[in-house]
Amino acid sequence: MADIKVAAYICKGCGLGERLDTDTLVKIAQKDGKVQLAKSHDFLCNADGVAMIKNDIANEGVTHIMIGACSRRAKTEAFFFPENAVARANLREGVIWIRPDTEEARETTQDMAEDYVRMGCAEVKAMTAPGGNPNTGSSKTLLVVGGGVTGMTAAIEASKTGYQVVLVEKTGTLGGWAGKLYKRMPVHEPYKTPVDPGVADLVSQVMGDSNIKLYLNATVAKTDGAPGRFVVEIATESGATHTEDIGAIVQASGFTLYDMNKLPELGGGKSTNVVDQAGLEALALEAAGKDGVIRRPSDGQPVKSVVFVQCAGQCDPTGKHLAYCSGFCCNTSIKQAMYFKDANPSIDTTVIYTDLRTPGNGEDFYRSAQEKGVVFTKGKVAEVVPSGATSTVKFHDLILDDTNAAMLDVDLVVLATGQVPNSGVDIFAAPAAEGEVEVKPISILNLNYRQGSDVPQLKQGFTDSHFICFPYETRRTGIYTAGPVRRPMDMVQAREDATGAALKAIQALENAELGRAAHPRSGDLSFPKVRLEGCTQCKRCTVECPFGAIDEDEKRFPLFNESRCRRCGTCMGACPVRVISFENYSVNTVGAQIKAVDIPDEFSEKPRILILACENDAYPALDMAGMNRNEYSAFVRIIPIRCLGSVNTIWVTDALNAGYDGVMMMGCKSGDEYQCHFVKGSELGRVRMSKIDDTLKTLNLESERVRDLEVAITDIKRVPEMINKYAEELVAIGPSPFKGF
Amino acid sequence: MSANTAMADKYRNNFLKEIEEQVEMGDWVKMCMQCGVCSGSCPTNFQSAWEHPPQELFMMIRAGKREEVLTTTSMWNCTSCYNCIVRCPRKLPITHIMHGIAEYAHRLGVAPKMQPTRFFSGLFWKNATKTGRVNELKLSMGLYFKDGLVQGIKNGMAMQAVALGLVKAKRLNVMELFGGHKCKDQKGIQSMLKKAYEIERSRKAARMAG
Repeated sequence: MADIKVAAYICKGCGLGERLDTDTLVKIAQKDGKVQLAKSHDFLCNADGVAMIKNDIANEGVTHIMIGACSRRAKTEAFFFPENAVARANLREGVIWIRPDTEEARETTQDMAEDYVRMGCAEVKAMTAPGGNPNTGSSKTLLVVGGGVTGMTAAIEASKTGYQVVLVEKTGTLGGWAGKLYKRMPVHEPYKTPVDPGVADLVSQVMGDSNIKLYLNATVAKTDGAPGRFVVEIATESGATHTEDIGAIVQASGFTLYDMNKLPELGGGKSTNVVDQAGLEALALEAAGKDGVIRRPSDGQPVKSVVFVQCAGQCDPTGKHLAYCSGFCCNTSIKQAMYFKDANPSIDTTVIYTDLRTPGNGEDFYRSAQEKGVVFTKGKVAEVVPSGATSTVKFHDLILDDTNAAMLDVDLVVLATGQVPNSGVDIFAAPAAEGEVEVKPISILNLNYRQGSDVPQLKQGFTDSHFICFPYETRRTGIYTAGPVRRPMDMVQAREDATGAALKAIQALENAELGRAAHPRSGDLSFPKVRLEGCTQCKRCTVECPFGAIDEDEKRFPLFNESRCRRCGTCMGACPVRVISFENYSVNTVGAQIKAVDIPDEFSEKPRILILACENDAYPALDMAGMNRNEYSAFVRIIPIRCLGSVNTIWVTDALNAGYDGVMMMGCKSGDEYQCHFVKGSELGRVRMSKIDDTLKTLNLESERVRDLEVAITDIKRVPEMINKYAEELVAIGPSPFKGF
Repeated sequence: MSANTAMADKYRNNFLKEIEEQVEMGDWVKMCMQCGVCSGSCPTNFQSAWEHPPQELFMMIRAGKREEVLTTTSMWNCTSCYNCIVRCPRKLPITHIMHGIAEYAHRLGVAPKMQPTRFFSGLFWKNATKTGRVNELKLSMGLYFKDGLVQGIKNGMAMQAVALGLVKAKRLNVMELFGGHKCKDQKGIQSMLKKAYEIERSRKAARMAG
């Protein structure tokens, strides 16, 4: 810390000069902020202002910069000084835009600005400029696991972009489920007739591509390392193992059809004349090889009537079968009904559905099937009773409310069972209860990670991803899932998914080489540093890291794999001895800001509320509240944090000890429908904060002094209301007894 | 063998096919996707006047409920407001299908005889084609006495004040009860209609014979 030189710059543009006493702010920076250099400028983000800062860096030896201007989210290109530590005091969105321009408000507004300048100066002094993760790898090869439509598309797209691909397929042929189709749903106008699946074309593209190295009858035996330097062992049928250096991974392990033998009431497994959709494709392929007539499996007689049972073992509220809709099966049944109608219009084809869902251009396809004479009946099938060569389908007609409706003498019944993801081992699964036979699924990736061998799952076995913002991201950096392993989907969606995942994987391996973070802090050069001599081996960081970035070394100390890290700081929040920090974000950078705020005495009627706001959602919402001039209390002091998960409870204790009247924590929604950009960060943060009551008790404080809030990026109007309401509540509670100590 | 049993026999269980071939616009029935917008849009459905709303009728046709569809009063309640046609997302000509089914049931002789709109339609047609002019007095009297003399007198008494008001305002001529006014070329109208009946009869007979 010896040779740092801190400079503070106060901007007078955007109305800051008129609304604030900037000369005083400069003095505050010098006196309270103790910076060596403090200046103001009429228009700091213009060429002249930036040149002034650059000149100070070059000629005055300035190493640390505090900019008192707009939000840290604005003017990032202008205020880009990669060699220096930079802190921003948010005087525009955070102060003048959220305060009324009145004479009475002037004093509290100025107080607010002065505190932010003090906080910025304190923060920047606790920082160093991030230098990037040195532990990088430079492998540019993509591993694609799964040779179905998704996997092949991902491989082809990556190859077209100029990257080497290793494609691993567990069976002896490429194509996956799509390879077993007779035809597929059309993807072009006029969406009226099933078309060739196009798998042969994909296969020949893969085979003819010199960038793609193909392993058939092979599995991934072991995955070690991190993005840019994965070492993957591929086991082949012969027992030989091949080792590949891999930069990033796309997991396209696809799905398995829900087992129709679990549906005996629908005739599953009871008769050969009851098949699932794959079974019908096989019959259609067999027929296509002969006379084109689909025949009854039991006796080879041509099928004259066929019933399609939708949602067989799907959309099941009882919890016995799949709870979700697989999204592709209505279109598939429509397509399969056309196999019959196109060959012979006199064959009776009935689709019994509860909700016909035809995504994409399925609506046109559905209409075409109606035109061809496929009968659609809204009903819930209760029972399929096979007897001899035919079956009776008993159903509840939902339009006519006829509980005893039935289709008699049905030659063939097709059950639309759904997709079950092939997502490998559920690493969070509870161990089997005693006496229960534990069926361990086979691991797909065999990750040599402390947290488990496969990517974490969210619900129903589908792999976890930030559904809205980063759909392909898993909770293992550099590993991307695509296709039905991620969520149920059809071929069109799977191909789109594959392309997206391939490009994200390329982005990840390029970032990894440069020592930068992947999303959502894409390009961030900081990374967690640990003071191992202080570590107590409590393992909280290794267990809680949402991305499995931290392993344990042989001495059981945490072993950081920086390239796997997303820089959320959850480890930093978890560490009870506070030995984990980032160069520009640490217990100190935030703690120093908390302590820098001037706390007026209890008689001044100026309470102070600390807000720790998540930089992904809450802080932008607060900024946007400013842009919309939605006013809020001048008594709050807001500190952006990387994630609620990075909040170390010491900050809250420090704030309350220092005399703050209340602390608001603003993070993203957690739980199954989470919106946290670091998946588990806000949840872990909340778990820790739920224990804050004990701390409050030991301080003899009311539990209302700490508030945990869910804030979404859209809460532009709500956030100011929340703040103002809390400020009023704190007035009722009265000032903190810790003021003035 | 009646027309009805002949047709039932001809199509056996395939009522949908029967409707497609025999009913005007009947080939649209298969295109219904059961959204129910027609039923929700129907202005005559507000007091549950329809035993089976249109989309339900379509489903009954597909389910082969021949007897129930042809003998129901439902489609006779249609007032041709065309709301359903305008709103149908599948562009089904629902109004026309309703009239088509009604007409087919009538043709087969299974339509409910005393259903008021059906009765009134017959009454109106006879009334208008007889003289080429509608005789409003005879038309309303005919409707009043639909269910017999006693009910007819009751209906007449109930509407007494309205009738007197109409007479006073010269909107109703009591003398119309005796003969009434007619058009200039009554014979021409009659022969025109006769020719039209002939054409229709031969066309429908051909269709029913298949």
